[in-house]
Amino acid sequence: MTPRTIKTALAATAVLGFAFAGMANAEAADDTLVIDGTEIVTRAPASAHLDGALPELYSGWHFRDADTRAMEADDFDNPGMIYVDRGLDSWNTVDGTEGKSCASCHEGPESMKGLRAVTPRVDAKTGKLMNIEAYINDCRTTRMGAEAWGDKAEAMTDVMALISVQSRGEIMNVATDGAAAPFYEKGKEMYYTRYGQLELSCANCHEQNYGNYIRSDHLSQGQTNGFPVYRLKDTKLTTAQGRFVGCVRDTRAETFKIGSDEFNALELYVASRGNGLAVEGVSVRN
Amino acid sequence: MTRQIFIGMAISALGATVAMAEIAPENVEFTDGAIAQSLSGTAGNAEDGKKVFSTAGLGNCVACHAAEISKDIPFPGTVGPALDGAADRWTPEQLRGIVANAKMMFDGTVMPSFYKTSGYIRPGDAYTGKAGTEPLPPILSAQQIEDVVAYLQTFKE
Ligand code: HEC
Ligand code: HEC
Repeated sequence: MTPRTIKTALAATAVLGFAFAGMANAEAADDTLVIDGTEIVTRAPASAHLDGALPELYSGWHFRDADTRAMEADDFDNPGMIYVDRGLDSWNTVDGTEGKSCASCHEGPESMKGLRAVTPRVDAKTGKLMNIEAYINDCRTTRMGAEAWGDKAEAMTDVMALISVQSRGEIMNVATDGAAAPFYEKGKEMYYTRYGQLELSCANCHEQNYGNYIRSDHLSQGQTNGFPVYRLKDTKLTTAQGRFVGCVRDTRAETFKIGSDEFNALELYVASRGNGLAVEGVSVRN
Repeated sequence: MTRQIFIGMAISALGATVAMAEIAPENVEFTDGAIAQSLSGTAGNAEDGKKVFSTAGLGNCVACHAAEISKDIPFPGTVGPALDGAADRWTPEQLRGIVANAKMMFDGTVMPSFYKTSGYIRPGDAYTGKAGTEPLPPILSAQQIEDVVAYLQTFKE
């Protein structure tokens, strides 16, 4: 074969590959998530800002096996729900020099309803990019006189789980314009950057190859609507940025830090890719 | 510069006495995506190549590629095309080029370059998540590339 015919042959494979990709996407399990009688939107049309990058949105739930999917559908079987209870204890616990708990200012956790679906966002009052972790630590340090919780502290992920459940079923609707626009652009640039010695971007795995297997891992679209997730492999909750660390590390790259400007922007961008999917309120993944 | 020339000369001097020298990643020459010469100077061993193909810490080719011949290796991935008949489609020189740096054959491919040491964005120290310093060690050694190429030559239909 001359190089030219090789290229043509490849072009043919590429076209075929595309057809297969369509089929592979059909490998997203054809199933419906109903929790406690409420149907959760796990499949939705892609929003316009994606410009056709994804033909349709799928929650990561569709790419997990039947047992894992069933576990999330039943709050008694969902191991993540234990942490929601623990989060409620933390919510009511006084901490810090001001003698306050979350409940002192916010009353019940249901006051947080809706928040999970619109974060990360640029806070209207401060102009700062905030995710739920940032809001929690802002209250702890400036209002309670308490220490900030660490990125992976159990108390942090417990309260995040509690807050996410309040928005279960609500449709993700993260703003991408106005004050959010620069963060969106930065996150988008990162999403398509091929990091590390393996030179792989988020898009290489989660846009080009969702539905395919990378060894035994069934690649999803890498959506964040289910976070915090209970990972069976870790037997604990993981945040979206915690997951990003693992994905970047797996490209043989230097990761970014949780809470860094880079990951905060990436989190906003990735969340916006899932606009249209519902908040799952502690999902289960492997 | 002077230093590079000096090393270059040292290598050619060596080449004159020792029949075959290893070609360092930065000195590899590609022709239409293929590499004409053996990278190690020692013939590849297909059995060792199979280990490179299947081991996660080495080539981990099975993460992305399935084939009838390698079906005893569990859970092959589907990110890359099935490799059945790869040896019928490609010459050994082309296979060497594909494994060493697939981007020279397939523009923009997701397949990683296994014999490359620099030009990365945020290079890491293997899978630690910590920063690495270029030049990084290539993912596979010259001999491991030759071995996996020897293994690929058994992929005939
Ligand atoms: C080498 C392939 C690869 C790359 C590159 C990669 N990921 Fe992943 N990612 C995976 C695998 C495998 C999983 C686990 C299966 C799944 O849910 O897709 C995963 C899971 C995820 C999840 C969890 C989805 C869920 O529903 O639980 C998110 C979010 C995610 N990735 C985001 C990212 C982002 C953001 C980037 C880029 C910074 C990235 N990934 C880069 C392979 C990759
Ligand atoms: C992260 C995924 C990935 C990994 C890991 C990977 N490849 Fe590939 N490989 C691909 C893709 C995708 C292609 C198709 C080329 C393209 O992008 O058009 C390919 C193409 C090939 C081809 C030519 C395909 C054909 O049949 O004509 C060969 C041969 C090959 N790879 C061998 C290997 C070997 C050997 C290894 C390990 C040392 C390996 N690959 C690792 C993704 C991968």
